[in-house]
Amino acid sequence: MPVKIVVDGVHKSFASDVGPLQVVDGVSFTVDDGESVAIVGPSGCGKSTLMNIVAGFEQADRGSVRIDGAEHGRPNAKGILISQHGSVFPWLTVQQNLMFGLNGQAHGRQTLADHYAAMVGLQGFEGSYPHELSGGMLKRAELARALVVKPEILYMDEPFSALDALMNLRMRNELLRVLAEERHTVLLITHDVEEAIHLADRVLVLSQRPARIQAMFDVRLPHPRKLSGPAVQELREAILRELGVDEA
Amino acid sequence: MRRPALIIPSVAVIAVLVAAWWVLVRVTDNAIFPTPLQVVTGMWELVKDGSLWEHIGASLFRVGAGFLLAVLFAIPLGLWMGWVRGAYSTLNPLFQILRPISPIAWIPIAILWFGVGNASPIFLIFISSIFPMIVQTTAGVHTIERRYLRAAANFGVSRYTVFRRVVIPAVMPQIVVGMRIGLGVAWLVVVAAEMVALRSGLGYLIIDSRNAGNRYDLVIAGMIIIGLIGLSLDGAMRLMEKHRSVRWRYAS
Ligand SMILES: Nc1ncnc2c1ncn2[C@@H]1O[C@H](COP(=O)(O)OP(=O)(O)OP(=O)(O)O)[C@@H](O)[C@H]1O
Ligand SMILES: [Mg+2]
Repeated sequence: MPVKIVVDGVHKSFASDVGPLQVVDGVSFTVDDGESVAIVGPSGCGKSTLMNIVAGFEQADRGSVRIDGAEHGRPNAKGILISQHGSVFPWLTVQQNLMFGLNGQAHGRQTLADHYAAMVGLQGFEGSYPHELSGGMLKRAELARALVVKPEILYMDEPFSALDALMNLRMRNELLRVLAEERHTVLLITHDVEEAIHLADRVLVLSQRPARIQAMFDVRLPHPRKLSGPAVQELREAILRELGVDEA
Repeated sequence: MRRPALIIPSVAVIAVLVAAWWVLVRVTDNAIFPTPLQVVTGMWELVKDGSLWEHIGASLFRVGAGFLLAVLFAIPLGLWMGWVRGAYSTLNPLFQILRPISPIAWIPIAILWFGVGNASPIFLIFISSIFPMIVQTTAGVHTIERRYLRAAANFGVSRYTVFRRVVIPAVMPQIVVGMRIGLGVAWLVVVAAEMVALRSGLGYLIIDSRNAGNRYDLVIAGMIIIGLIGLSLDGAMRLMEKHRSVRWRYAS
């Protein structure tokens, strides 16, 4: 499969009161076309920073990011970022949010928007404003808004971490269903190891800040994955050990 | 709107004050200061001869004209200053100097420039209500959260779409607040301006009633009407805050 994303020796530090704060320290990896790669790592280690660099929102100090072989410039609709803090526009209805990135005739855009709203189970709420939705519905709206423009790459920064366990699981299944149909390339940040194994073809484990790649795990399990099965549990324990969490 | 249980106490306070006023005037046997009943009678007089509506109409017209003019200037200017850094750093100091000058201080200049016709109070209202609206609009643009601007940039839409679908609706709640403040100031100012010049308006009514024979019943009637109209203007602006497309900002 052709390589979609190449991250090559990326370094990044921020200025702080006590001198430069080294956040990303020489991270290199690749993501194949249509592949799902999850990144796990301790809180504050630099995951969001790394993803912002890959998605083009921040500049690396050193190193480079190439998408389809071309040096990555400004953010564009080829890769949509689903940010950790959510970015559904509160002043637009669900439908208007979904139509935001679409071009063409109003009628066609509306039909497409409603189709994707229905796909994430938001039919009947197209006219609602975000503050009239629940947290889970808001996340689904955000996902639908990203999917509707058919991006080649989905950058997801802890997309489901604010949800309760049940909704989290539902959203994962929803996402897997969509991915099976549309085959996006996915870069997923999560602090939930089980979520990483559930969704990704590969899991990268980052070190404490400054982030380096500490380990890489292949998840060679067919979908649907049985989370309580021994293969998943074994992998989960191995990743947790890598993160320095020992389960008795 | 408000539940009766919430209205009763405020009505009670007003009732007590009116009663106290009545008793005090009676006890002191004051010849000039009117009782509440005299004020009501005076107001009725104005209603009957139709002059009350003329004064109210004149004041509202001046406020409407000056305020709308200010809105037309303040919103584009505020958006521009919020969006373009250079525009902000160039114009903000000037506006910060002009803003604390009381509109009353502008009265002599207004009369010099515009005479004693309608143009003077309209200018004064314009000058007093434009600054709060500029400030609110500019602050609104400055406080758009970066995550929303990033999301907008991510979808690769045109600058026009960003402005129409992100910047303007994001700032709308602040604009509405600015308009509420601006209209409040405008109403304050029109009355003050009419006290100095002109032959009509609620401000003129008050000064004229005093000058033409110490008609303090009409003075107080005018004051009460000014208060009630101010209350309804504010209530109308509050209705705008209830609109679904701006409520997100006030909801928490
Ligand atoms: N714009 C910035 N300016 C200064 N420091 C920053 C900036 N962004 C992030 N940092 C710092 O960089 C470090 C890594 O932040 P980052 O958001 O990438 O962590 P994270 O791995 O995503 O954490 P979490 O799992 O909690 O979301 C933190 O110490 C943070 O304070
Ligand atoms: Mg993060």
